[in-house]
Amino acid sequence: MSLRDLPGARERRVRTGGIELCVAELGDEERPTVVLVHGYPDSKEVWTEVAKQLADQWHVVLYDVRGHGRSTAPMPLRGGFTLEKLTDDFLAVADAVSPDRPVHLVGHDWGSVQAWEFATVKRTEGRIASFTSMSGPSLDHFGHWIKQRMARPTPRRVGQLLGQGAKSWYVYMLHTPVLPELAWRGPLGKRWPRMLERLEKVPAGDYPTSSLPDDAAHGAWLYRDNVRARLSRPRTDAYAHVPVQLITPTGDIFLSEKLYDQLELWAPQLVRRTLDGKHWVPRTRPDQLASWISEFVAANEAAEEDGRPMQDTAPTGAYADRFGGRLVLVTGAAGGIGRATAFAFAEAGARVVAVDRDAEGAARTAEMARLIGAPAAWGEEVDVSDEQAMEKLAEKVAAEYGIVDVLVNNAGIGLSGSFLDTTSEDWKNVLDVNLWGVIHGCRFFGRQMAERGQGGHIVNTASAAAYQPSRALPAYSTSKAAVLMLSECLRAELADRSIGVSAICPGIVNTNITATTHFAGADAAEEKRLRKRTSRLYGLRNYPPERVADAILKAVVRNQAVVPVTPEARGARFLSRFSPGALRGIARLKPPL
Amino acid sequence: MNSAVKDENAPELRGFREVQSLAYACAEAVAGGLKPGMTEREAARMQRDWLRERGVRDWFHLPFAWFGDRTAFAGFKVPLQFFPTNRKLEPGMPFILDLAPVYKGFTADIGYSGCLGLNPLHDKLLADLEAHRELILREVRERRSLREIYENVERLMIKQGYANRHRAYPFGVIAHKVDRVAERRWSPQVFGFGTQSIKGLMSDALHGHRDGWSPLWSPYSFSDHPPQPGLWAVEPHLGFRGTGAKFEEILVVTDSKDPEQSAFWLDDDLPHVRRWAEERVAA
Repeated sequence: MSLRDLPGARERRVRTGGIELCVAELGDEERPTVVLVHGYPDSKEVWTEVAKQLADQWHVVLYDVRGHGRSTAPMPLRGGFTLEKLTDDFLAVADAVSPDRPVHLVGHDWGSVQAWEFATVKRTEGRIASFTSMSGPSLDHFGHWIKQRMARPTPRRVGQLLGQGAKSWYVYMLHTPVLPELAWRGPLGKRWPRMLERLEKVPAGDYPTSSLPDDAAHGAWLYRDNVRARLSRPRTDAYAHVPVQLITPTGDIFLSEKLYDQLELWAPQLVRRTLDGKHWVPRTRPDQLASWISEFVAANEAAEEDGRPMQDTAPTGAYADRFGGRLVLVTGAAGGIGRATAFAFAEAGARVVAVDRDAEGAARTAEMARLIGAPAAWGEEVDVSDEQAMEKLAEKVAAEYGIVDVLVNNAGIGLSGSFLDTTSEDWKNVLDVNLWGVIHGCRFFGRQMAERGQGGHIVNTASAAAYQPSRALPAYSTSKAAVLMLSECLRAELADRSIGVSAICPGIVNTNITATTHFAGADAAEEKRLRKRTSRLYGLRNYPPERVADAILKAVVRNQAVVPVTPEARGARFLSRFSPGALRGIARLKPPL
Repeated sequence: MNSAVKDENAPELRGFREVQSLAYACAEAVAGGLKPGMTEREAARMQRDWLRERGVRDWFHLPFAWFGDRTAFAGFKVPLQFFPTNRKLEPGMPFILDLAPVYKGFTADIGYSGCLGLNPLHDKLLADLEAHRELILREVRERRSLREIYENVERLMIKQGYANRHRAYPFGVIAHKVDRVAERRWSPQVFGFGTQSIKGLMSDALHGHRDGWSPLWSPYSFSDHPPQPGLWAVEPHLGFRGTGAKFEEILVVTDSKDPEQSAFWLDDDLPHVRRWAEERVAA
């Protein structure tokens, strides 16, 4: 669907400095205005999905930058694309669409580069309420960044310079005369949509628009008119006079994350966000962008009404930039590793769905999660081994809370005892929860993630027992080995859809699992004694579930495949690869129970 | 000195009640005077000065103060970390004051949790402590073994989602016995603990060792015995991700056959108990 097909989209033309800008508006004009500025080589249609979602709450304005889309190009082109002129354009649009109120600015790529200029020059003061930047640094900040690194070239700084220098190859190309224009109007313009699909995973459809060759040819002057001038003589007063939200995609092949080191010095009111995605996030991650933009705009509007600067509402936990506002579902969340994981995500500002067959425990987890930073949290009573219940849960979550961004299949039960003592009923119980629970979770929630097509992550709690054989845990180990292999296969399959899959192998962790473990072949009294004894041993080991939770967050951020957590789990993992015979020897030892 | 108490009206208890309410008055006065930027050392000194002015000459232990994540004993490895530091109080920060004055030969040991300004999480922890006060009293009246009660308290904490932080105290105790102490003109402290009180505790430990009980209420096998008559300073301490809360007050255990009189809290008119009552009324 293109912008013009959107219901309620209104178009107008704004004249300024000898050119005409094509401006589109969506949503209620009485609401605060959000202006979206596109990058290079794009047109305002890059924002279609984001704009559609923002229009429910805000007055959304998009315009084609001069020389792009259906705006006219300045004549002559040389000297017509300076940041000063682009600022004139922005002010003209802002005055036309929101004469009395400052606007909220959002920029991507070159849209963000120009928006940094708008947000840092004197003459726009009072016209901008907030600025959300993605994948486009201020050229002035960039200039200072280079100068600092050239002035004191430590090995690390040289590395950063070379790294960004290599990522900027296209900037040098665009400075050659005529050739870029020829390429864009020729083969490159034809192949570009396919390249975006393949390299950037931009969904196929009616984007980029047919104006692409002209946009790209004109837009080359954005670089030629500004880059050399600003990088060699960066402004020294480029301080942002508005609150800034910086959204950094982790897989951006054009911009290094290091560019934004010490950005707080230039933008005192800075909120950082990190997104797993490539450069074209407005196309590949529109849901998350729309929700972060909305949240930021709403916070600044509220602060404006209260007449005080925006409070730092951002959560402070580790990875808050990454998980703020995202939806996380954890099974087995009424205790142990599941509960600690729910809390760790809550501390990072995620919205949490705590699932457990213990309804009271799940509700309790949700309640505490809200107290430590989760903007919202819910407890759900579901037995993960119940296929229908899981399917219903998936439907309910999708309808009421949204599509899950991170799924943690953690629910599991323990079963100990020799193989010959283990009944088929025992086998069924442990496989139902430990393996089928994970399968159901991955099937229902994984499918939703894949269908949304905006990435995500699945974490499955396996165990060190998945690769450490043992005569004491045949059934449990089998179920966990299956989870480990399932995770590996799923990881291979879902990689194409930017969904990561991690298997966590905790090892001996002090949780309640020992108190509910079934010991096959033991009578009630003996089972009670064994439970007490193992709980005591696990208590003596005393590895806290909170550290497993930290490992889970890290695994999601780094997209790790298999994560052994405790030292014994790491040791066993090492042996399983280099000396499996030793593990087999250990497997024959009787545990001291 | 050993105070064998029969019931709530025993005359010795008046002295203990007096010093306990004096200690709580001190905690409330000092808590009310805490300002952003004050350090734990300053808070500890304020408590000491307040009580000295009112005639306290000896201590079971010198006052402690913990601010911020130190209320949950985050990263505590050695006992020296319990002593007040230069950690500064900030708005919204939880704090705990723990003081144990000896007054006219009677000992109190109390813990007071508060926070500077609003902190909903801290409120939640405080509210959840009520269940522990009830659980402890009920199970002591049932004459369960102290070790078992300890484990049940810990189980309840885990169910609530918290960590057991009294395990960080020396010997992991949830409670210890207190008693009358002799008033001496000179009573020095060793590592913050009054020598007279330590002497009492050690003598209890010696007698107890012969008779199969301990003045320390711990998770270990030496606490695997029914509650011993006497006065116990009970201090369940919850921790949750950098926020901690506790109360500490005296539980009187007698050898009475009447369950009601066999164990009771020395005084129910205490800040945390009043707070729970107010919350119930508000709800």
